[in-house]
Amino acid sequence: MVKKNRIISNSVSDGTFDAVNILINAILLVIFMWPLWFMVVASLSDPYEVNSGNVVLWVKGFSLNGYRELLKYEPIWIGYRNTILYTALGTVINMVMTVLCAYPLSRKEWMARNFWLKFCLITMYFGGGLIPTYLVVKGLGLLDTIWAMMIPGALSFYNALIVRNYFMNSIPVDLFESAKLDGATHGQYLLKVALPLSKPVLSVVALYYAVGHWNDYYTALIYINDRKLIPLQSAMKDLMSSAQVLAAQITPLSSEGMMSVKAKMELAMSLKYTTIIASIIPMLIVYPLVQKHFVKGVMLGAIKG
Amino acid sequence: MQNKKKLPDMHGFRQRLKRDLKSNWILWAMFLPVVIYYAVFNYAPMYGILLAFKKYEIKKGILGSPWVGLKYFERFFSGYNSWNLIRNTLGLSLYSFLAGFPLAIIFALLLHYLTLGKLKKVVQMVSYAPYFISTVVICNMLVLFMTPDTGIFNILLAKLGLESVSFLSMPEYFKSIYVWSGVWQSMGWSAIIYLSALAGVDPGLHESAIIDGASKLKRILYIDLPSIRSTIVMLMIMTLGGIMNVGFEKVYLLQNDLNFSVSDVISTYTYRVGLQQADFGYSTAIGLFNTLINLVFLIGSNALSRKATGESLW
Repeated sequence: MVKKNRIISNSVSDGTFDAVNILINAILLVIFMWPLWFMVVASLSDPYEVNSGNVVLWVKGFSLNGYRELLKYEPIWIGYRNTILYTALGTVINMVMTVLCAYPLSRKEWMARNFWLKFCLITMYFGGGLIPTYLVVKGLGLLDTIWAMMIPGALSFYNALIVRNYFMNSIPVDLFESAKLDGATHGQYLLKVALPLSKPVLSVVALYYAVGHWNDYYTALIYINDRKLIPLQSAMKDLMSSAQVLAAQITPLSSEGMMSVKAKMELAMSLKYTTIIASIIPMLIVYPLVQKHFVKGVMLGAIKG
Repeated sequence: MQNKKKLPDMHGFRQRLKRDLKSNWILWAMFLPVVIYYAVFNYAPMYGILLAFKKYEIKKGILGSPWVGLKYFERFFSGYNSWNLIRNTLGLSLYSFLAGFPLAIIFALLLHYLTLGKLKKVVQMVSYAPYFISTVVICNMLVLFMTPDTGIFNILLAKLGLESVSFLSMPEYFKSIYVWSGVWQSMGWSAIIYLSALAGVDPGLHESAIIDGASKLKRILYIDLPSIRSTIVMLMIMTLGGIMNVGFEKVYLLQNDLNFSVSDVISTYTYRVGLQQADFGYSTAIGLFNTLINLVFLIGSNALSRKATGESLW
């Protein structure tokens, strides 16, 4: 009934609205997708064709030279290896700290709960700033160690709040009561009941942390000087700023011996495209699978506790 | 009188604390690492803010270093570039806010009313993706795309018969590049929260509006927007509270000698002065100034919205 009514009374204006809406969304789809698509296409094309403007939508002069150059470019692989370590170990540390923070703050019977909640909340809005924090990290002897990449950011209170709210709102209170009757302690209840029941929220938060580590550039900029410890993002930044230097480093691929400066520059540019693809490939593969979880995380965060 | 009242209270507090430590010792033990973490990495640096008022000498430590009062603040405000820094910082974030904030809401509304279910799903999924790309990659892409002559943007310009433009070395383009690449990156992601709010709008309101013959546009204006007002206000307060937090990474990465006059912001200045020139006291002072402005904005926008709309964060 209702549907019919709408169709009769608003067919003209709503029809226009819907058509325009579809058009806008189609354009937006292109705007969101094309830059990423172009990176993929450019990385697979002959650099000469890319520079001449013949590559816009599709591969021209298919070439894997950029990827071959990438395999030889060591800083990226050092960065890759380090980032995998920082992401894996860092996320584990994050998750342990997050649960240790979230669980006690979710227990209403804990007398000190409100005090410590405020203690944590203050850190969201006020901090010492760059230099005082740097001095603390330096004082602890963490500069130029892998720990500088993981310890100073070991806990995000925002994420801890998401987990805490889940503990409080989504796990039935009766479960704790019955566990208590069975003689379970908080530790046992947390490990055997609360955590297994919180898998959805824990995986979301872990994903947030992991993406944060994978994309982290700032931490290394401030705390890491040692070239052997730099993460992928720093290696990529160096690549961006050194096109000329890079061109000079590139050695001829084949037995032709000499390579013109122009060809070297082109190959250097090709290397940039392939590096970018290499750095976002893990994300592009995992993203469609976990996209729903990310979105769920936003909803979970939106519920105020 | 007061003492008499306080004493038994304190006593009761201690008793309760003792009992709590005994019965909930596991909770205390669990939480201990968190307390240590925040004490070391948040509260200790807050104590380090004293540096803003001291001439730091490594041997004497923070406490032993001599006081200099408000010298650093005076130096900052009398400096030739202080107003430029503040203007650039506020300019970038206000521009980002004015462009990004309404667009996220509009995008959510468009998606919400999209009649093609499949297109909706695809657009949603693709629009969230840029949010997960690192700032370094985004800046790399911007540099590559905007390279004079051979960058794809300039190639497209050439195809239209236009001259090649060296976008990143022109100060007048910097703000727009920063803001619109940011919109590209986060518009989809920011829309999620509005989409979920829109899904929660009372369907009864829509049904009766439809019976009254209201068009979709009218329903957006008179039903949807008023219904999600509290979400909008909440996010607005939070955004305004961080108005001085211009993304350091992106500005730093896009900065070059040619666009410096518009791309130098407070956070890049604190970094340069503090870590590159090791002027710890001065850098801390500017950082503190930045944090305080943020707090003022947060408290101010919260109070304003409480008065105007009855919604507030606390």
